[in-house]
Amino acid sequence: MQFILALIMGIFVGGVAGYIGSLMVTKRMALMGGALGHLALPGIAFAMYYGFDISIGALMFLILGIITIWGISQITQLPIEAITAVVFPAAMSATFLFLPKGKATPALIGDISTITIQSALITIITSIIIFIIIKRIFSKLVLISISPDIATVEGINVKKYNFIYLTCIAITVALGVRIVGGLMTAALVAIPASTSKNISKNLFSYSYLSMLFGIVSCAAGIILFRYTNIAAGPLIIISSSMIFLLSLIFKRKNS
Amino acid sequence: MKNNEILKVENLGVTFNQDKILTNLSFSVNEKEVLIILGPNGAGKSTLLRALLGFIPYTGKITWNTKDISYLPPQEFFSRKDLPPLSIQEFFEFKKTSQDKIYEILDAVGLDKSILNKKFTEVSTGQFQRMTIAWSLIGKPKVLIFDEPTSGIDVGGEETIYTLLHNFWEKWGLTIILVTHDLSIVWEHSNKVLCLNKKALCFGKPQEVLTIENLKKLYGTKIKFYKHNHGDN
Repeated sequence: MQFILALIMGIFVGGVAGYIGSLMVTKRMALMGGALGHLALPGIAFAMYYGFDISIGALMFLILGIITIWGISQITQLPIEAITAVVFPAAMSATFLFLPKGKATPALIGDISTITIQSALITIITSIIIFIIIKRIFSKLVLISISPDIATVEGINVKKYNFIYLTCIAITVALGVRIVGGLMTAALVAIPASTSKNISKNLFSYSYLSMLFGIVSCAAGIILFRYTNIAAGPLIIISSSMIFLLSLIFKRKNS
Repeated sequence: MKNNEILKVENLGVTFNQDKILTNLSFSVNEKEVLIILGPNGAGKSTLLRALLGFIPYTGKITWNTKDISYLPPQEFFSRKDLPPLSIQEFFEFKKTSQDKIYEILDAVGLDKSILNKKFTEVSTGQFQRMTIAWSLIGKPKVLIFDEPTSGIDVGGEETIYTLLHNFWEKWGLTIILVTHDLSIVWEHSNKVLCLNKKALCFGKPQEVLTIENLKKLYGTKIKFYKHNHGDN
């Protein structure tokens, strides 16, 4: 039962992470996923310490982290990456203020063995909502990345859509940390999209293949976990990287 | 505003980090006119367009008599790297138009419809330029605003682009506002010119205002100071 729950949840989170990841790779934000995963870590530790849901803990600290980064960006001329590089090691170290002994591994690389029906349900519903929102704003965000000026003239409120997009990323990362931990969420969003970019000719196949690769690697990782008892997080990332390598061969054949 | 006026600018000023980029600028554009904004690098030409489009804060008054405005930034403002594998077809779908309209406009700018299956990153600079012009013309906007539409294009290609724009202007009765630092196109294609160097140095019909004196004022000795100043912002 635990296994089935984890598998279904993994499929939904992997899918939505792959889908939103296709936007992040194109908007040169692939590594943001990693930084956000680290930002989420103290939240995971906090949740573990006080015994509440780690995704909620992660989301709380993500929001706090994003507000901090945004706030600093308003008062300095530093690029967002630099500010992120300042804030996220700070967050990493804060993690070890709360982290209960013996919980370091699940916080860093995830733990799917303790999933409840409630948390699985909430995760699945949240994934679906995020997918629907991103699907609706996908083309607007692509136009914004081609040229924010053109997007503005076309009547797109650039700030508003970037805000929705960032919020969706934060929530996706919060869902992802449960499965692959705070260390590896970047992989959950970046690898499927990069794989898909290798073999896609248009936006449609790109975004949906990315979602598919996210689903397949999460499912494969969780199934392998059942038979090997190695943590699912690393297995998911290894499966995902394998598919990426395959896509390279496929790309070479086709080019 | 007079009846046939489509844009009226009064006392426009733009300040950026305490630098006065534009001061005390007033002019107007009538329907179906081609206004060319002429000036050396760093004169504030692009800044003026950005103010007209409402992208940046300004002082003074800008009144548009229409909302149907299309804008084409300079080539280098289009991000073509690090994009998703976007097809040209998908790029046109952002405009929410019919497939027939897309074919029609591609034909009008001299592109084959097979270009639609190509990736956004796969076409040559010249084709890309035609393609973006086609894109900006979809839906027959009333006003077209172009910022250096031929940057990055060789001289032959440049001429074709202006002829192309000229043809659309005649055929559709568009109002065109165009930024360039290229004097030669003014004579052939415009009926109003605004010489800009932080403020308006001349404004009116090219035959009347483009005197040697005015041009000296515009480009004259000062050009040395702008020589290494790429970009207009």
